[in-house]
Order: sequence, then C-alpha cells, then structure tokens
Amino acid sequence: MSRKSEEPLLQLENLSAYFHDKRIIKDINFSVGRNKVVSIMGPSGCGKTTLIRCVNRMHEMSPGGTATGKIIMDGEDLNKINTIKVRRKIGMVFQRPNPFPTMTIYENVIAGYLLNGIKIPKKISHEIVEDSLSKAALWDEVKDGLNKKGTYLSGGQQQRLCIARALAMNPEILLLDEPTSALDPKATSRIEELVVQLKENVTILMVTHNIAQAARVSDDTAFMYLGELVEYGSTKEMFTVPKDKRTEEYLTGKFG
Amino acid sequence: MTRTVYLKEILEDEKMIKRRIVQNNFSGVLITFISSLVVVPLVLILFYLLVNGISSINLDFIMNLPKPVGESGGGIFNAIAGSLIIVAVALVLSVPLAVLGGIYLSEYPDSKTAELVRFSNDILQGTPSIVIGIFAWVLVVVPMGHFSAFSGSVALGVMVIPLVLKATEETLKRIPSELREAAAAMGVPYHRVILKVVVPTGLKGIVNGILLGATRISGETAPLLFTAFGSPFMNVNAGKPMSSLPLVIYNYATSPYDEWHKMAWGASLLLIIAVFGINMLARIFVSKKGGR
Repeated sequence: MSRKSEEPLLQLENLSAYFHDKRIIKDINFSVGRNKVVSIMGPSGCGKTTLIRCVNRMHEMSPGGTATGKIIMDGEDLNKINTIKVRRKIGMVFQRPNPFPTMTIYENVIAGYLLNGIKIPKKISHEIVEDSLSKAALWDEVKDGLNKKGTYLSGGQQQRLCIARALAMNPEILLLDEPTSALDPKATSRIEELVVQLKENVTILMVTHNIAQAARVSDDTAFMYLGELVEYGSTKEMFTVPKDKRTEEYLTGKFG
Repeated sequence: MTRTVYLKEILEDEKMIKRRIVQNNFSGVLITFISSLVVVPLVLILFYLLVNGISSINLDFIMNLPKPVGESGGGIFNAIAGSLIIVAVALVLSVPLAVLGGIYLSEYPDSKTAELVRFSNDILQGTPSIVIGIFAWVLVVVPMGHFSAFSGSVALGVMVIPLVLKATEETLKRIPSELREAAAAMGVPYHRVILKVVVPTGLKGIVNGILLGATRISGETAPLLFTAFGSPFMNVNAGKPMSSLPLVIYNYATSPYDEWHKMAWGASLLLIIAVFGINMLARIFVSKKGGR
C-alpha cells in the first residue's frame, strides 16, 4: 500500500478457510483502507462469499466451516475476540433481502438492539430509525408506514431496509454479499448509489458478480480465482491494465 | 433426413399431441375422483352421527350431570368438563417438553443426541395408545394406589409429545437460515436468535401443531380406561377419577340400555363438533395475515 500515513482498517494475513477438509480459500493477504469500497470479484465458487464470511466470523457457523490466519482490525486479531463483539463492529447484508417477517419496518431497523436485549430510550430509537433509514435512502418511502411489516416492501426496498438494519448498529465495516443479485436494474442502481454515499461513514467490502458494478462503485478490487487472490489493487488500474492474465480474461468475459 | 427435421416431425405429430391431451384430461378426472374419495368416510361419519345424535343434544344434555339408569334425562356435563381438564393438563405437561425438543432437533439437527431423540420420537409416535395407557398406569396409578385424572393426563401427554415435537421441528426447519444469519450477523447470541427470531417466526406452525395434537388426544379412549377411569359424578380434582367424553361414549355404548346408547351418540357428535371446531380454529389462526 502506498499510503503510509494511513493505517489500514482491516488486514487479512494468510487467511485460509475450509469446509471440512476442503480448502475453499488459500492464503489470502490484503489490507483495506478506511472509508474505501472494496469489491471482491471472481467466477462462481471461487470463495468470494466465504472470504467475507470469514471477516465477521460467520463462516464458522456453517457446518464444517473453519478458518486459519489472521484478520486484523485496528490492530486486534478478530479471530481472538468473541464473535458477538466482532459482529457488532462489522455489519452484513446478504444476497437475498432477509427482513425479520415478525417485525415491523421500525422494529427491523432497530432489530440489532431488540434482539440483543439492549434497552434504548424511545427518543434515541426514533433517531436511530430515521437516521438509518435516511442513510439507506428509504426514509421517504416508508416514513408513513413504519408499523407495517418489513416483508410488505418490495425486494429493493427490503434490501435497503436490511442495509438500514446493519447501519443502525453503527458498524465500522459493512459486508455486502452480492447485495443486488436478487434485484432488478432500477433497485440495483439505487443500492449502488447508496454504497458510494455510505463510504463517508463506513468501510465497505462488497462481493459482486457484476464487473460493471465493481467498476462503478469500488475504489479497490480483489480478483479471486479458485480460492486464490489473483490480484488486488485500485479498481481503475485493474480494469485498465490488469497485471495478471486471468484477471484480464475474466474482465473481458473469456470466462466466468 | 437430418436430425432436426426428424425431431420436428415426431415432436409436432398432431395425432400424438391429441392423444396426450386426452390422456391428460383422463388422468385429471381420475385423480380428482380418487382424491375426493378421501372425503367419503368423514361425510358418512358426520351424517350418521348427526342422524343418531342430534336428538340427544340439548341444553340439558350439555349442562346436567348423568342420572342413574331408569331415570330419564341427565347430561354429560361432567364428561365435557373432564375432557377439557384432562386434555388441558396433558398439554401443560407435554407441550414445553415437545416444543423445546422440536427446537433442539431443528437447530442442532446433526448431533448424536438429536438422532437419538428423533428416532425415539418416531418410535413413540408408533406406540399403541393402550400401551401408553399401561405405562401411565404403572407410573402414576400404581404408586398413587387409585385411578386419577392426572394419570390420564400423563398418558395423553406422552401421546401428544411426538406430534407437537415433529410439528415444531418441521416448522422451524422451514424457516430460512438467512434469518438466523441476519440476526447472528448483528452479534446476537444464538440462544437469543432462537428465542427472538426462530420461535416467533415459526410460532403459527407450532401453535397449529399443538391444536392438532389437542384434537388428536381429545378423542383417545384406550389410554384413559385404566388411568382417568371415568366417574358418574362431577369432579374437578385431578387426583381423583374423572369422566371424559371418549370414556362416556365407551361406557354408554357398551351398556345394555337404549337411553344410554342415545347419550353415547350425542356425546360422539359433541366430540366430533369440538374436534372440528379446534381444527377450524387452527386453520383460521394459520391463515391470518402477515408473517410466513
């Protein structure tokens, strides 16, 4: 990394992940700077999702999932601290929108507090809800129906609700796992705009299948192939002069 | 002839398409007919019960206690109350166990314990009800030294565990894992994920399972024969023998008195109306808006 003045927020050191005996990702090393959007690209099955699920330690929840190596955030190895703490610092948005069906829109936004049994005064919870929904660019559409069930919203709205839910916990890092793969083009472009706005407050790691999307929204890109990190660097550079032949072939649509 | 032409010919053969349409319509009619046969036994039972039982049912029948043989009139209030008490106590005893067991099977499906529990549960489900009655007799009646409603509840409780447990497991297994992950990704400990996300999301299915279990055991006679035993008197003390609708039906129907036969018909009709009612309740509950 050339910016020596800035400590990276997140560093992955020799990160490998397994399902039972099968190694899914192999010795991944890279650092992520603060307030960057990093996209993680690569063909299906190359370990993109596993990689970001390692960052918030969700990978070990999957049957047979284990990981080795270091994930250092602010100088602390996340593998050594309690998963509950890790996940309160690192938010996640999943491929398919998954609002809690038993909760209203309002409750969904503060679900992190409700579910953890954290009591907050009404006034503050109202503020959190409005603030998070505004940041997720959903406030204007739902402010008159906050007591409706979250599942009544459209797919794109549900996904923004899920982003609001993650933002409500004030995460330092937001992991997005193909957040637009289940959405139509219009909803997709809204989420993309959102991602660019959000990086003022939060660092974003985004898995995407969509090459154009990576080019549009990310500062840096990681290209993975068969569990290995092939190339990592500024998105602009990688898209114009890829260093590795496999990256070039993927970007030009020769495989993937 | 190239392959494309050949395939086009056989795929667009008019005769064959017509034949398939006929076959399709025929099987449609056949399947509809055969499936509707399922309704026949129920309709016949209901019809027979209505014809024979409706004349016995009146306010007296529901509100009064039985009278000795020879005296006319009298009702089965004690049996109605007894059925309610015995079934309610059975559910109180068994539902917590069954629901917790179902949660365990759904959330930790691959553990050795889960396999053992699932296997035992399936065996228990297949255990004849009379055997479960003997079990409750040995477990409760013998130590207590006399029959009691409580021992009947124990028997019915054991019977209903497999049903509620399976219903809970199946309901919770269908809840997408994404919901559990969404909660876990916010740092929610797993026990809270289960209590606050998994169970509330599946609550309808669980309650439905409990209601259906209740209808299942409310008609059971065999396990009550040597546990709750039956009683001609009004009794709300679970420590003593108690009447119940199936017992009344059994005792009256096997008696030599016409008067009692009529009452057995009436009690049968009442019981099936109750079962029908609970089923409807379960349906309404499940189809209510919102949720999954």
